Amino acid sequence: MPPVISVESLSKSYRLGVIGSGTFTNDLKVWVARMRGKPNPLLKIGQEDHGNRVGEEIWALKDVTFQVEQGEVLGIIGRNGAGKSTLLKILSRVTAPTSGSVKVKGRIASLLEVGTGFHPELTGRENIYLNGAILGMTKAEVKHRFDEIVEFAEIAKFIDTPVKRYSSGMYVRLAFAVAAHLESEILLVDEVLAVGDAEFQKKCLGKMGDVASKEGRTVLFVSHNMGAVQQLCQKSILISEGRVLLAGDSDKVIKRYLSAENNDISNPIINTEFHKIRSGIGGAKIVKIEIRNQDNQLSSIIGIAERINVLMQVEFLHDFSGIVIGIEIWNQKGIHLLNLRSDSQSKFFGPVKHNEIVDFFISIPGLPFYPGEYIIEPWLCEKKGKRLDHLHNAVTISLQSRHNLKAEDFFQPGKGILLIDCDWAIR
Amino acid sequence: MEDWDLVIEPRRRLLDLRLGELWRYRDLVMLFVRRDFVAAYKQTILGPLWYLIQPLLTTITFTVIFGNIAGLPTDGLPQFLFYMSGTVIWGYFADCLTKTSNTFVQNANLFGKVYFPRMAVPVSILISNLITFAIQFAFFLVFMGYFALRGAAVLPNIWILFFPVLILMMAGLGLGLGVLISAMTTKYRDLRFLVSFGVSLLMYATPVIYPVSSIPERFQVLIKLNPMTPIVETFRYGFLGAGSVNPLDLVYSFCFMLVVVALGSIVFNRVEATFMDTV
Repeated sequence: MPPVISVESLSKSYRLGVIGSGTFTNDLKVWVARMRGKPNPLLKIGQEDHGNRVGEEIWALKDVTFQVEQGEVLGIIGRNGAGKSTLLKILSRVTAPTSGSVKVKGRIASLLEVGTGFHPELTGRENIYLNGAILGMTKAEVKHRFDEIVEFAEIAKFIDTPVKRYSSGMYVRLAFAVAAHLESEILLVDEVLAVGDAEFQKKCLGKMGDVASKEGRTVLFVSHNMGAVQQLCQKSILISEGRVLLAGDSDKVIKRYLSAENNDISNPIINTEFHKIRSGIGGAKIVKIEIRNQDNQLSSIIGIAERINVLMQVEFLHDFSGIVIGIEIWNQKGIHLLNLRSDSQSKFFGPVKHNEIVDFFISIPGLPFYPGEYIIEPWLCEKKGKRLDHLHNAVTISLQSRHNLKAEDFFQPGKGILLIDCDWAIR
Repeated sequence: MEDWDLVIEPRRRLLDLRLGELWRYRDLVMLFVRRDFVAAYKQTILGPLWYLIQPLLTTITFTVIFGNIAGLPTDGLPQFLFYMSGTVIWGYFADCLTKTSNTFVQNANLFGKVYFPRMAVPVSILISNLITFAIQFAFFLVFMGYFALRGAAVLPNIWILFFPVLILMMAGLGLGLGVLISAMTTKYRDLRFLVSFGVSLLMYATPVIYPVSSIPERFQVLIKLNPMTPIVETFRYGFLGAGSVNPLDLVYSFCFMLVVVALGSIVFNRVEATFMDTV
């Protein structure tokens, strides 16, 4: 199969911080200063001078090269801020690259966010035409597909009602329906499946599969949902810090994403020296975390209800008579699920001396949660005192289904939190 | 292997304005026009009547203040007709300019999500304003007929044929200046404030509420530097037969328009590619 998209050493840089200075007078001041050979008056002391701009540069994408064949559904995965969205923005021509090029055969339509350009005062019918045109269809093409769109969105009764009267579910269904019926050879999809009810999500996934297999169209699918990527994409690429880390079969790429090499967050060992997000009054510093599974192997992939062994290495900067350690567990939606603390079991450590480095071990007897990703945050405090150190977002672990406890992690988002081993019978 | 349909590269060539692409999106342009019309007067009591109320009230105000209280001359025309002709024709240019100058800032959300030729937005504004103008112009013709029947000295002449060219010139000036400003507002928001009252100030530098003939000879050069001056004067002369037409001034105006359109398109085209990073 010949490639329909060829991305060649694509790079995109952004300036961190303020671009320009926002007002004309400030830019004028900078310009006058430069004419007189003086330094930029708006720079903070110690800041480097980058022409007329303030701030530094960041490469959102660096030398990205890959090809996509016709009819392929390519998954694009990576952590937040890895550059996935920037890549789609360049492909959909919302912004231009800094260097490199993309060559494309056929039309590209993007589904970066559904409902773009809907006007609340217009009716469903009018919005279908308007949205279709914004997404690149001609009036005739929309007309041709009109009935299909209405049927897919299940809003036939309300087609002549202004969309501001729609429920959010109807709104999203209509928006997705228009986009999914685009007559373009290449479709870019970014996280649309996060919306709508489970039933409709299923339908969308099915539709996207059809688009590729039956109609021979090419789909680029950006998602954090590994279940959906696995189901839809034969191939995937993993992006990290603006580079393609791995490209190939989805199973392999997803495994890599969830595993140790991926990045520091999912790495079972983290050296916390450069960890930025921490709080506490100081006096002690968590310098290393290790996550091991029940077989005592380093891994951030843990089976449901399997024991997790955590090592927490702490460097003390003062003397303390008694120390309490603990671990907070959060889910991806930011719900605080557990706060495990040694003093709840009357366990105190110490005394410790300054400059001492101590390894604490915590063995957690299995987490009875639904499969998915969970965040572990270690902390410690002085006995009856304030927190000395707390690492936020320290390690992300992935809980996986096991033979006796399974859950379709994709189709039941938010349906409860706990998953426990019960007996089921008829008597 | 080199038959790619689309190549995305960092920089476009200066004059690569992609007009063909804009043509392919003509349905979108028309749908934008439709959207503007349908959405504009939803949930209003008077609805489309507003198209007529606006110029009517402005004209009455001008007649009272500038005609009766200030007593400005009107080249021998009925005051009402004089001010209405000025208001209607100035309105088209002013609307085109203010609305197109908001293109990037107002559509940032839409532009950030999906690609279409950005020029579709200002072009659709020109067209929907043209329809508004047509309605108001017809309204003006009604009053013109009424005054003619009442025996006022209304003398339409051959310069009436120049009318389409005048509209083209105003559209060009409005578009060119508007997109130029809109491209610059992505960086300098100050300009948005400048536009709203700049346009009302500019009206006083244009013979909308006074005829050129009322200006002392030595200042006429100044007012003729304003490219809108010959357009308003020619319009008034063609339809009402009052004032003067100087072909040379029209040529100046036309050239001015061409330069502004060219400059505006080039700058707009430049900004379009990366404006999402700065807005």
